[in-house]
Amino acid sequence: MKIHEYQAKALLSEFSIPIPTGAVATTPAEAKNIAAELGGKVVIKAQVYAGGRGKAGGIKVAKTPEEAEKLAGQILGTRLITHQTTPEGVPVGKVLVEKAVNIERELYLSIIVAAANHMPVMMASEAGGMDIEEVARVSPEKILLEYIDRAAGFQAFQGRKLAYGMNLNPAQVRAGTSLMTNLYRLFQVKDCSLAEINPLVVTADGEIMALDAKLNFDDNALFRHSDIEQLHDAEQEDPLEARANELGIKNYVKMDGNIGCLVNGAGLAMAVMDIITHAGGRPANFLDIGTVNDVSRVVNAFKIFTTDPSVKAILVNIFGGMARVDTIARGIAEAHKQMDINLPLVVRLAGTNADEGKSILAESGIEFIEATDFYDAAYKAVQAAKGSYK
Amino acid sequence: MSILINEKTRLLVQGITGGEGSFHTRQCIEYGTRVVAGVTPGRGGSDVSGVPVFNTIEAATEKTGADASIIFVPATFAADAILEAADAGIPLVVCITEGIPISDMVVVHNYLKGKQTRLIGPNCPGLISPGKCKVGIMAGEIHLPGNVGVVSRSGTLTYETVAQLTGLGIGQSTCVGIGGDPMPGSTFVDILEMFQEDKDTRAIVLIGEIGGTAEQEAARFIKEKMTKPVVAFVAGATAPPGRRMGHAGAIISGSSGTAQDKMAALAAAGATIAPSPAEIGITMKKMLER
Repeated sequence: MKIHEYQAKALLSEFSIPIPTGAVATTPAEAKNIAAELGGKVVIKAQVYAGGRGKAGGIKVAKTPEEAEKLAGQILGTRLITHQTTPEGVPVGKVLVEKAVNIERELYLSIIVAAANHMPVMMASEAGGMDIEEVARVSPEKILLEYIDRAAGFQAFQGRKLAYGMNLNPAQVRAGTSLMTNLYRLFQVKDCSLAEINPLVVTADGEIMALDAKLNFDDNALFRHSDIEQLHDAEQEDPLEARANELGIKNYVKMDGNIGCLVNGAGLAMAVMDIITHAGGRPANFLDIGTVNDVSRVVNAFKIFTTDPSVKAILVNIFGGMARVDTIARGIAEAHKQMDINLPLVVRLAGTNADEGKSILAESGIEFIEATDFYDAAYKAVQAAKGSYK
Repeated sequence: MSILINEKTRLLVQGITGGEGSFHTRQCIEYGTRVVAGVTPGRGGSDVSGVPVFNTIEAATEKTGADASIIFVPATFAADAILEAADAGIPLVVCITEGIPISDMVVVHNYLKGKQTRLIGPNCPGLISPGKCKVGIMAGEIHLPGNVGVVSRSGTLTYETVAQLTGLGIGQSTCVGIGGDPMPGSTFVDILEMFQEDKDTRAIVLIGEIGGTAEQEAARFIKEKMTKPVVAFVAGATAPPGRRMGHAGAIISGSSGTAQDKMAALAAAGATIAPSPAEIGITMKKMLER
């Protein structure tokens, strides 16, 4: 799960990591007031779940409160299109207004879990302010790594290695080491999947602070962080994805095609998208219904299909294991009872309780196109979406 | 032969009294698996389908000599369940549970270091040695005993593949689902190593997906160590970058995470790539006839 920069910075501050002074505004007038209170030059930053804001015009500098009001008005309420967003962009509902900082150096600091090593790793670099993947590709020697032992935690010597490695002076090394220790504590306590400060700056006064911040959280651990879960901004998501999430369908990703897919299992759901493409069509979505054993989730999946105007045909491909085919079949029948669904439906059922599922569908009286196997299902769905399957 | 499990395996079910646990316990017994014990704290002394239930794994292993465990407990308690099984010295632990926090898995991996326990999963369908033993949630009847080993990150795509193989008369030695999480207990390389050693496995199907570098590591192993032929498929060629496709491990970040890059690495290592997920079985058939 992602959160906004201003929320990430509030968390950093809670963990004693220095950040620029500032506040969040939802209207130009608020931005003006904050700028007046801060005094002097301010930076206005669009709050969106996407990087590349600077180049896209989402970050502006204002010299006076009046200018801050004007610039905030240019950003607020628009949709920001960056290289990381869809062509439609993401809505800007809030701007962060911060006191401008005199930057002397731009560094990079982050923590992720290194899956291959089974432990968290802290990454630091003197090449801050840039795309770190590009730095890793062009000059990997500029990225310093410290793996963090689970039992020992992040140790001061590791902080010193990274701080001296980034050529901080002795006074800054102490501040930097304590900042790193605090960042690891935050990463650990809040179950982050990514904690990134880019850039981490050294100011003209020699102070070290987080000029930008990105915190992502492990979706699987949100059950123990209700405080984090409520920070989620559904406005930043695709509206259909937000709706799916609301309906309890967590594994839904909107795609650009016209075949609505209901599949069990992430791997099979990806393979279904692959084979639809192979058969000459395009999926409207990725949807792993999961180990569903109640009909309502299936009904909710059909609610999404009927809400999505791009869906021209529905493909249900279920290979029962943990998810039982009979339950899915009951869900399909129930969906058609509750809603007026006028889309061609291709169904392929196999695995645990498949025969029972097939007879439930047959008895329900729903019109559907039966598919015998995986490819047959994709082929028929592609034809149905073109309106050429009868 | 087969790998990891066979007719002698003595299985213990953690979370046996839950809905999924009791359902799949019955399915495993029907398939012929020797299910010797179940564990649910607070339910010791009862039974599920004739299987005695214990409060702790320690008590269960002492009484029944269980040498493999399958875990159905909820994600909140699953890491604890894995650790309890490892602490009791169970050699094979299969964790079906989906959604375990990655920081819990850091603790699990740390704990398992230097211990004898092999973990399969989490977030996996388990494994089956057709005709002998099923320690998992797959439908037993789609399998056929034979000589092709199957290893996969995906559950249902494995069923799909197995159904294709069985439909073509190609039996399986063992099918292992290693799971869709970013830090599985066992990797492709671990399982390929066992298949390479197994006398009765002639060829292997490997099913990968987007995210991470497990397929590239498998490719390196295939190139350097394997003499048996491998058919491979990687799901997610149509997946957009930066989006989690269901599995926590299935996120494309960096070019090495794409299906195209993984299939290229496997092909360069000598594996035969199935042109589509519907043609995994037929690709294996052609290879075996060659």
